[in-house]
Amino acid sequence: MLGSFAVLRKQSLLGDAISHAALPGIAIAFLITGAKDTNTLLLGALVSGLIGTFWIRGIVTKTHLKSDTALGLILSLFFGFGMLLLTFIQKQPNANQAGLDKYLFGQAATLVESDVWLMAIVTGLCLFVLLLFWKEFKLLLFDADYTKTLGFNTKFIDVLITSFIVLAIVLGLQTVGVVLMSAMLLAPAAAARQWTNSLATMVLLAAIFGAFSGIFGTAISASQNNLSTGPVIVLVASVFVFVSFVFSPSRGLLFKQIRFIRNRRDLQLHKTLAFMHNIAETHEDISHPHAIKLLNNFQGYTRKTLKKLVEKDYVTLQGNMWSLTETGFETAANLYTKQTTEDE
Amino acid sequence: MNSAQIEIQLIASLVAIACAIPGTFLVLRKMAMISDAISHSILPGIVIGFFITHNLNSPLLILFAAFTGIITVILVEYIQKTGLVKEDTAIGLVFPALFSIGVILIAKNANDVHLDVDAVLLGELAFAPFDRLLISGIDVGPKALWIIGIILLITISLLIAFFKELKISTFDAGLAASLGFSPAIIHYGLMSVASVTTVGAFDAVGAILVVALMIAPAATAYLLTTDLKKMLSLAIGFGVLSAISGYWFAHWLDASIAGSITTMLGLIFLLVYLFAPSKGVIAVLYREKQQRTEVSLLTFLLHLKNHNEEEERHVNHLREHINWQKVRAKTVLELALKNNMIVIDENIVSLTKKGNTFTSKAIDYIITNEDTQIEDMKDDFFLFRG
Repeated sequence: MLGSFAVLRKQSLLGDAISHAALPGIAIAFLITGAKDTNTLLLGALVSGLIGTFWIRGIVTKTHLKSDTALGLILSLFFGFGMLLLTFIQKQPNANQAGLDKYLFGQAATLVESDVWLMAIVTGLCLFVLLLFWKEFKLLLFDADYTKTLGFNTKFIDVLITSFIVLAIVLGLQTVGVVLMSAMLLAPAAAARQWTNSLATMVLLAAIFGAFSGIFGTAISASQNNLSTGPVIVLVASVFVFVSFVFSPSRGLLFKQIRFIRNRRDLQLHKTLAFMHNIAETHEDISHPHAIKLLNNFQGYTRKTLKKLVEKDYVTLQGNMWSLTETGFETAANLYTKQTTEDE
Repeated sequence: MNSAQIEIQLIASLVAIACAIPGTFLVLRKMAMISDAISHSILPGIVIGFFITHNLNSPLLILFAAFTGIITVILVEYIQKTGLVKEDTAIGLVFPALFSIGVILIAKNANDVHLDVDAVLLGELAFAPFDRLLISGIDVGPKALWIIGIILLITISLLIAFFKELKISTFDAGLAASLGFSPAIIHYGLMSVASVTTVGAFDAVGAILVVALMIAPAATAYLLTTDLKKMLSLAIGFGVLSAISGYWFAHWLDASIAGSITTMLGLIFLLVYLFAPSKGVIAVLYREKQQRTEVSLLTFLLHLKNHNEEEERHVNHLREHINWQKVRAKTVLELALKNNMIVIDENIVSLTKKGNTFTSKAIDYIITNEDTQIEDMKDDFFLFRG
């Protein structure tokens, strides 16, 4: 799908807002033309989506309302207005009106060949523009001020990106519907973000994730009765996100937790060693044996850490007594100095 | 106006009030989108509640829905806390997933019952009066009225009881924490109220309208005032106003009540957005223009101060020199004249005593770059007051 555009993650919920804001456009386009031609309806949706987006922008820059408020506001107001128009249309004596609300929830199965072609063309166009303006997009995304000083027309690039997002959303509406479009936009990108730090890889991954969730979702929904396509696609995408969150090597929760535990263990080991060093320092003979009980009044000590210390040849154990070895004393002393210098 | 109409308007107004109160705090806490997320993600809660009770009217449904609402908040917060994605992305991920689960559950299992997505999302106020609450056989009014009334009562009593705490924790979370109020409890309390209100209201007016009623009046009020109490009462006022006018608009158009209330909210917001006295777009644009003139005036005066030669101070020369257009040059000249900053003698402009001190002060200000001084200056010279 067109998920790759969602990398513009600073406007994550914009997708949600636009998809709702497109509704009055569809309704107005229908009211004006009176026909249920996909292209005109999409054009209407595009226009109202764009109006919504720029109004949001206007609210955020011109007033002190925050972006979340602006988003929620535009979203609900446009949608409400769209509902008003839809119900108004339903009361009109025009047999053609049925099926307009299909746009609300989407039904991939209702797509006809021409729709698919349209989508393919738009996807191609998006790709082309993306490649053409790749450098500019990237710059703008990460350092808008720098882009401006370089002399790029930031406003133009911004409008370009936004328009394409809106376009992608409006097209996607038919397939997954208003509510779920934001997930289609976000989920692949959020999943891709976990695996890489490079924008190019991320866009590519997002596209792959999006495509896979589309394929799997459709397959699952086709294999069972009564399963609408949109929600299933979204759920598959969510699974992708979840897996990415947990298992991604550098940012994933699982590895983070493992790293966290390992660090804590290391720290405890060091603590024990430092404590031993403290005791040993008071004696002339560093390998003078001490009772294990001595360590009890201090939390970092467990049987396991002791064993580990023995393994590393820092400590020798004799019955209930322990004593530091030469290397152990050395390391502990260094550890201490290293830590103090780091502290300072 | 028959009794059903009065009842509808009453319900709509009550919903508006009940939404405006938590909505104000959500807007202030920059969590407006949470209400959108909650309104979507309560769907699976309702569906599961329905499977358990097999009764669409059971109060358990509301409980379940509110519960999923809170789960949404917790999930969003958890994802956000991992630091993997930002808050808005977290919201955008959680609620479509929950909503999808709800839709699938409905599609798989509840095909033959009266529970479809449209009804949940859009609601229909017009039918609310037909759903009566009967207590031992006596008709005591529409059910929606009772539900929303109870929720409103709870909300208001909570608001009054915890107003101080809410206020402090909204504007200064750190202070609130150091004073011993747990921000977490207040946060989740507010979220619970928001989600209960959403659930109670959506039955009558639909999920989208709930979001609109929460955010729009609060945002509108926020443009007009910065006082919390005033903002609350303004938000309530706007809510009720649009609820009632929306109803009549819908009545006239014969269209969805929820939709037309939202449209009224939108209109009110648009008006305030454009014409609000200090924060509206027109006011902001005007102020920006005034500031531009101020800067021009300063440049102009500085130029005069720097040049003693007569030819440099000739009116026509100035125009070329500072490179202004005719109109702008005229505005600046007039402003300066009006404030007795300059005198024009045979087309030669020269600074008056007042203009001279002003300019020196302005230079001081530019060098030290302290905001307070320019405020004093404005007071001293009555510069931009007509």
